[in-house]
Amino acid sequence: MESMVKTMSWTVMRQVRHLILLGVLLLVVAGCQGNFPADARGSLDRATEGELRVGIAENAPWTEVAPDGSVSGTEVELLNDYAETIDAEIRWIPGGENVLAAEMKEGNLDLVIGGLASDVPWTSEIALTRPYATAQGPDGNPVDIVMGVRPGENALLVDLERYLAERAGEL
Amino acid sequence: MSSSEPEGGEEDTGSGHDAFGAAQRDALQRAFRLEWITLAWMTGTAVLVALVAGQSQAMRAAWAEDMLSLLPPIAFLVATRRIRKAPNRRHPYGYHRSIGVAHLVAAIALLTMGAYLAYDSVAGLVTVERPPIGLTVLFGHAIWSGWLMVIVMVVTSIGPVILGLKKLKLSEQLHDKVLFADADMSKADWTTAVATIAGVLGVGLGLWWADATAALLVSVSILRDGVKNLRGSIGGLTDTEARTYDDSEPHPLTRQIEVRAGQEPWVGEAAARVRDQGHVFHAEVFVVPRPGVEPSVRQVADLRDRIHELDWKVHDVVVAPVPELPPRQTFRSTLRT
Repeated sequence: MESMVKTMSWTVMRQVRHLILLGVLLLVVAGCQGNFPADARGSLDRATEGELRVGIAENAPWTEVAPDGSVSGTEVELLNDYAETIDAEIRWIPGGENVLAAEMKEGNLDLVIGGLASDVPWTSEIALTRPYATAQGPDGNPVDIVMGVRPGENALLVDLERYLAERAGEL
Repeated sequence: MSSSEPEGGEEDTGSGHDAFGAAQRDALQRAFRLEWITLAWMTGTAVLVALVAGQSQAMRAAWAEDMLSLLPPIAFLVATRRIRKAPNRRHPYGYHRSIGVAHLVAAIALLTMGAYLAYDSVAGLVTVERPPIGLTVLFGHAIWSGWLMVIVMVVTSIGPVILGLKKLKLSEQLHDKVLFADADMSKADWTTAVATIAGVLGVGLGLWWADATAALLVSVSILRDGVKNLRGSIGGLTDTEARTYDDSEPHPLTRQIEVRAGQEPWVGEAAARVRDQGHVFHAEVFVVPRPGVEPSVRQVADLRDRIHELDWKVHDVVVAPVPELPPRQTFRSTLRT
C-alpha cells in the first residue's frame, strides 16, 4: 500500500509536469501573439482607421444629445480624443441605457457611454471599464464612473482603459 | 479513563487517541499542523483571489472553491478533537464515528465544488458569456489583469500541490479518510488554479470559451472524486465491510483476524464482522471450538488480546464462542489470502 501512495504521488507529479509544460506552451503562444490580450471578434482592429460605433445615453454633464442629434459632454470629448489615437471615426447611436444594452448584445455597438456607474445592472451585456472618475451620487455617496465595452473585446477594453488612465493622470 | 476492570489486555479499548501508537500519534500531530497550514493558506488565497478577481469564470469559481476548501480541514480538526473522548455509558462504541461524519462533510464539500464549477462553466458556455479581462493600475504601471491572475494562481497553487501529497501519505498511515478526502480537495484546488491559468491565457488569445472549457474539464475530475468519497463515507457510516483508507478494496485486516483466530488450537472455525468506525475498527469474531473442546474464559480473553495486537486499527474486539457460525451474521471475508 505504501507503493500505492508512491504511485499516486508519482502520477500527481507527472500531471504537474504536464500542466507546467502546457502553461509554458500557452505563454509562448501568448508571447508570440503581437496584440495581447486579443479581441474575441477583432473590434479594435476594425475600429482602427475605421468606424467606432458608440451608443450614447443622455446623462448630463457626461453626455448630452441635442434635438438635432449632435452630441456633447465630457465623455463625448474624451471619446473624440480617444478615437483620434486610433484614427477612428465615431458613429454616435443615441438611446436609453436599456436599449443600448440590447443593441450591445446584438453586436451593433462597440462602446456605450452615459455617465455609467460601476454598479449598473447590464454586466451580462456590457463589459465595464475600470472607474476613470468619481462623482457624487443622488444619495451623496461617491459613485465610480465607467464606460461600457462589448464583452470579450479585451484589446479594445484594455486600450480604452489605458487611455482613460493616462487622461486621469494615473499612469 | 475508559476501564478500570483488570481483565482488559494491554491494548484495551478506549478513545480514538488511546488507539494510536507512537507512530500514529506523530502522524496525527503532523496532520494537525498540515490542516492548520491549509486553513491559513486557503484563507490567504481567498483574499488574494478576491483582490484580483475579474469577471473570469474560473476566477469567480476559484474564489467560491477556496471557501469550500476550508470545510474538510475544519471537519478534520473538529473530528480529531471529538475522538479524544473515551467511550461511556451514552456512547458505548466511543466517538470514532466523528471521523466518518467529517468524511461525509468533506465529500459533500468536494461534490458541491465540482457541481458548482460544472454548472457555472456550462452556463457560461451556453449563454456565450465572453469574459472581459481589463487593465489594472499597480503603482502607476498599467498591467493586463490577466497577468495578475496568472501570477496569483501560480503562487497560490504551490500550497495545495505540496499539502495534498503530504496529506495523501498521512491518510494511509492514519487510515484517515477525512485526510484522504482533503487530499482530493487539495488536488481540486491546484487543478482548478491551473485551469484558470489556461483559461485566462486562452481569453487573452481571444478565445472566449477557453476559461469555461478549462473549468468544465477540471470539474469532471472533482465530481468524480466527490462521488468516490461520498460513496465511501456513506458506506462507512452504514456499516459496510471495512475498506482501505482510499475505499479501493476490502480491508485485508478482516481476513487477517479470521486467520489469527483459526491459529488457536482450540478454534475450529472463525468468521469476523469488521466495520470501520473511523480510524479504528470494531470487530466481532465468532469462533466455533473444535468438537469436544470447551474453551475457558481465559482462552477466549487471550484470543481477544492476540487479535488486538494484530494492528493498532483493531481497537474494539469482541470474541464470541458459538456452537456454529450464525449464517446471517457471518460472511467469509471477500478477500482471500
